[in-house]
Amino acid sequence: MDEQSTVTGAQSLVMALEAIGVTDVFGIPGGAILPLYDPLMDSTRVRHILVRHEQGAGHAAEGYAYTSGKVGVCMATSGPGATNLVTPIADANMDSVPMVAITGQVPSPAIGTDAFQEADIRGITMPITKHNFLVTNPNDIPRALAEAFHIASTGRPGPVLVDVSKDALQGMTTFEWPVTMNLPGYHPVTRPHSKQVREAARMIMDSQAPVLYVGGGVIRANAAAPLRRLAELTGIPVVTTLMARGAFPDSHTQHLGMPGMHGSVAAVGALQKADLLITLGARFDDRVTGKLSTFAPNASVIHADIDPAEIGKNRHADVPIVGDLAEILPELIIALEAEIAEGRMGDYAAWWSTLNRMRETYPVGYDMPDDGSLSPQYVIQRLGAITGPEGVYAAGVGQHQMWAAQFVGYERPNSWVNSGGLGTMGFAVPAAMGAKVGDPGRTVWAIDGDGCFQMTNQELVTCAINDIPIKVAVINNSSLGMVRQWQTLFYNERYSNTDLHSHRIPDFVKLADAYGCHGLRCETADEVDATIEKALGMNDAPVVIDFVVHRDAMVWPMVAAGASNDDIQFARAMAPAWGDDE
Amino acid sequence: MHTHTLSVLVEDKPGVLARVASLFSRRGFNIESLAVGPTEVPEISRITIVVNVEENPLEQVTKQLNKLINVIKIVELDSDNSVQREIMLVKVKSDLETRSHILETAQLFRAKVVDVAPDSVTIEATGKADKLSALLKVLEPFGIRELVKSGMVAVGRGSRSISDRSARPTIS
Repeated sequence: MDEQSTVTGAQSLVMALEAIGVTDVFGIPGGAILPLYDPLMDSTRVRHILVRHEQGAGHAAEGYAYTSGKVGVCMATSGPGATNLVTPIADANMDSVPMVAITGQVPSPAIGTDAFQEADIRGITMPITKHNFLVTNPNDIPRALAEAFHIASTGRPGPVLVDVSKDALQGMTTFEWPVTMNLPGYHPVTRPHSKQVREAARMIMDSQAPVLYVGGGVIRANAAAPLRRLAELTGIPVVTTLMARGAFPDSHTQHLGMPGMHGSVAAVGALQKADLLITLGARFDDRVTGKLSTFAPNASVIHADIDPAEIGKNRHADVPIVGDLAEILPELIIALEAEIAEGRMGDYAAWWSTLNRMRETYPVGYDMPDDGSLSPQYVIQRLGAITGPEGVYAAGVGQHQMWAAQFVGYERPNSWVNSGGLGTMGFAVPAAMGAKVGDPGRTVWAIDGDGCFQMTNQELVTCAINDIPIKVAVINNSSLGMVRQWQTLFYNERYSNTDLHSHRIPDFVKLADAYGCHGLRCETADEVDATIEKALGMNDAPVVIDFVVHRDAMVWPMVAAGASNDDIQFARAMAPAWGDDE
Repeated sequence: MHTHTLSVLVEDKPGVLARVASLFSRRGFNIESLAVGPTEVPEISRITIVVNVEENPLEQVTKQLNKLINVIKIVELDSDNSVQREIMLVKVKSDLETRSHILETAQLFRAKVVDVAPDSVTIEATGKADKLSALLKVLEPFGIRELVKSGMVAVGRGSRSISDRSARPTIS
């Protein structure tokens, strides 16, 4: 269908958004982007949700991308509006979230003159976007938008920024759709090299102690189903990184849990003892490997990823496979079936008996506080158990995030939304808002800390006004808990600037009330279930629960920063026996 | 550490050089020389980058360069299979006594004298890096007043064009 009409650049931009199929945008208007907001008001297909801070718009776009499967879109004006998007853009870049950020820019003759609200946002975001554009000619708007959405959503997904000068929005142009994209340097490889896939299959069948090291790429590639087939076909143990929680069901017997700094002893141990890592959409992040030189010392590596630059970046790959996991995994399954048909099936009985012993001896658990105060882990565990795997759980960053990764229980992809790479405190509330807009039928929890919550909770107003009834569980230990944990362990219990006093100020129940939300408080274990159930029944407005919890609870197991995974502790000063003497 | 010469074909668009340069600076690599100019294809520019870096980080930076949307192709040109040239303009102090020595030196290196003043001679020389540094070494005793180099440009030997070569580093 060809469309052609004479319109302003701003109208052309809205028409392009409609043509692309954008239905929801998070943003805030301002001077330079005002021309765009005028025709946006008339669009019946694009809903604009007015947030209270641009950072909220960016994280909401991320949360939206998780649950909707579409590209998340955020919008801001020039200068401070655009720079407030920098944190969520960097966040989306680290976690490969498909996102398009549209920013207004001062009129093109004023660019470079230090004009009012001018910031070189294209220059600022160059290292934290997959790509970015500065558009100063209204005729270039539809193509820039088409290219931006294409780049954001294909290959390794990521954020793309389109900066549009005010005169480009105001100038007259002809809207034509579809447009021809001109991206001579962009050809993401999706089809894997079949020789490499066969080599991988052969290596898998030769190994005695393989592990499926699963990263967030499996979720981005919508490859959870073939992953499960692969795991069940071979009987190989699975670990899912922080970004991959939900890519493989937590309830599955082959799942050993999360590896890494706060991973389970079995998951960390499996990687350390493995003779083969089948790495799928993971990037050997330092939080997973610990000290790199001692990581999985006996393992050969199969590394499958859509981004060739990830291969060999941190760890040498013996069998590299570049491609889309949604294509790689089915091909690998066929190659493995061929191996099995020829009678070559791996025997992992001895491996599983080692792993099962680790899993049974060192389960991820926690102690209830002696003083009768509330255990944060218990709260999060109950929240997951009562809400169930069909819920969506967005977390901030810190102790509550790790406990949410450990204790909620994930059964399906995109039910876990978190800031893994950048570690952005304040992610939870706006991300939950976006997740709820992206999939309104689901219960969406923001599991937040009292520190994180105070960074972005103004978006509760956005939720209340726009009928986005998210639920927020504030795990309130009155401190910057993870920083405090490090002070406990590594800084002689000197608690420099980690006491937030949030048991006193602010009163989160009153704050919820002031923001047009329901506010609940829970201080004892016997109230936990009833409070969660009450919150689940409240769907006319967002709910905030202030869970006042024990402040000395710590996240275990732990591999100290820079230490070897071999030195994991499952509780303070408690190192597991690896069974090396067997 | 080894010197590597990378030829990078890019779209001729604003900001491309900044994107390329920032990938090197982020990793702390010093660019020894950089030359940018047009190619036989309109709208495509060629950047020649000389860096002194280990193989492994170079492979990583090359892969990152390939990820840049505006980068079309990267080829590493080794000195055996390519012609590498740089132009140098050097202003040397001179007087009646030294001028003839300077002119003789220029001749030995097949360099050209492009400007003469009562107290200086400006020499233009073209060649590989080692030839230019040899010339410079001989000129130094006279006193160098000013020195400028174009940055290395390089082209593969034989009839093939860079656009015939494989697009990206293949991993096998």
